[in-house]
Amino acid sequence: MSRRTYRIVAVTLEILVPVAILVGWQLWTAHAASPKFPRLSTILVEFRDLWLFKQFGTDVVPSLERIGLGFALGVAAGVVLGVPLGLSRLFRQIALPHIEYWRAMPPPALLPISVVLIHSIGNSQKVAFIAFFCTFPVLLNTMDGVRGIDPTLIDTARSFRVPRAELIRRVVLPAALPQIMAGMRNSLALAVIMMVLSEYFAATSGVGYVLLISKNTFQLGPMWAAILLIGLLGYLLNALFLLVERRVLAWHRGWRAASSQ
Amino acid sequence: MLEISSLGKTYGSGPEATPAVGNVTLAVEAGEFACVVGPSGCGKTTLLKCIAGLLEPTRGSVILHGRRVTSPPEDMALVFQEYGRSLMPWTSVRNNVLLPLRHKRLSRDERERLVEEAVEAVGLSGVLDRYPWQLSGGMQQRVAIARALAYKPSILLMDEPFASVDAQTRGDLEDLVLQVRDAFGVTILFVTHDIDESVYLADRVVVLTHAPTQVKEIVPISLPAPRDQIATKELPEFAELRAHVQRLIKRERQEVAA
Repeated sequence: MSRRTYRIVAVTLEILVPVAILVGWQLWTAHAASPKFPRLSTILVEFRDLWLFKQFGTDVVPSLERIGLGFALGVAAGVVLGVPLGLSRLFRQIALPHIEYWRAMPPPALLPISVVLIHSIGNSQKVAFIAFFCTFPVLLNTMDGVRGIDPTLIDTARSFRVPRAELIRRVVLPAALPQIMAGMRNSLALAVIMMVLSEYFAATSGVGYVLLISKNTFQLGPMWAAILLIGLLGYLLNALFLLVERRVLAWHRGWRAASSQ
Repeated sequence: MLEISSLGKTYGSGPEATPAVGNVTLAVEAGEFACVVGPSGCGKTTLLKCIAGLLEPTRGSVILHGRRVTSPPEDMALVFQEYGRSLMPWTSVRNNVLLPLRHKRLSRDERERLVEEAVEAVGLSGVLDRYPWQLSGGMQQRVAIARALAYKPSILLMDEPFASVDAQTRGDLEDLVLQVRDAFGVTILFVTHDIDESVYLADRVVVLTHAPTQVKEIVPISLPAPRDQIATKELPEFAELRAHVQRLIKRERQEVAA
């Protein structure tokens, strides 16, 4: 099979398989007529009514804001903490046990305390909760990325007396960027989970909140519509991130291809 | 200009101490091209890093323009062997050459001028906006040389800079360094394990002993300038000097083996 035919087949399958699943789902739910599994067509109507019009502004937008803000803060914290940890063995020795402790903490265990500490079930608590757990993948990847920088590069910059701030900005951060972005991708997936979790626990708006309310009121159509949306959100955010990564790390692919020759 | 006195460097301490540089005393005159050769593993790179202020020597001192070197000095630049590892792969040739200039107090125009001048001197004007890894090995090493020149050092330290390029490119780069030395009036301390290269390039060849290294002999090279890859290497003096240096190093290697 030529490269071109392979690509055509791959793309066709990428579209056809999900369509087949949806068709199968529709046929099965129509046949089963179970209240627990509403017809896909019903769910899609709910989906349209709920998410595309009525509650887009009141629930989808707040959820997206929380993800965006929490993710951004988590990434910033991860990079700011990860760079000095990557540069100093002493810092690492002091900080690593604490990082491992908090990283191993199951997120739901911290939900109640986050509400108490931040004294809110609104945006600030959600954002803080998301940011906290988004920090770790970025932090650990930044640290590894910084540790892995070629010493020749650091020696070169030192020999030119490049000041520390400039060294970090122009050499350390770009060199660690491929790893930082790998951490960011993990964090983005976590951000969606933490959004749903925190909204499901206590909130007055958001996709997770709608999920909770529809469960409590036995409205299975909206519940399935919420599940569908959450899945789509995670998928689309990841796809968007990959698109950005491809652009930002174009040099990395070229460089790796060139050095493996 | 550069005075190295009783320099010694030992890695680690106690029973695991590894002496790399024993006792090196050497003076380099302004404008001179000095080549340092020695048997493999004799501590050449360690010596160079101590001179560059990247490593703290265990004993002795390095004095540049009357001032003791404790950190990388302002008018010294370094070119490493591994161009692939000393250039930044994420940015253009231009930005690589700009790296040592950004923190200098210079106007934008002045900075641009220095970059243009350096890049032109190494014959790379057309590739400023390419990534280093898009260039051949020889061209990448030219970028590293341009970066060092743009910094306007009075002394250039080169650590086996042509060890990882092919023989033809190597000859071109050797001639380039000689040209650049004249054009920029820079003093060069050039570390190599290649005896031909050292005799061809240098005004003086400093032969080192095996580790912990010392200066074994300093061989003045009075070959006529300008040097030429064919004509210079045809000269009987070239062959004599080359044989002399080779004999010195062979003796060192035999001592290690014995």
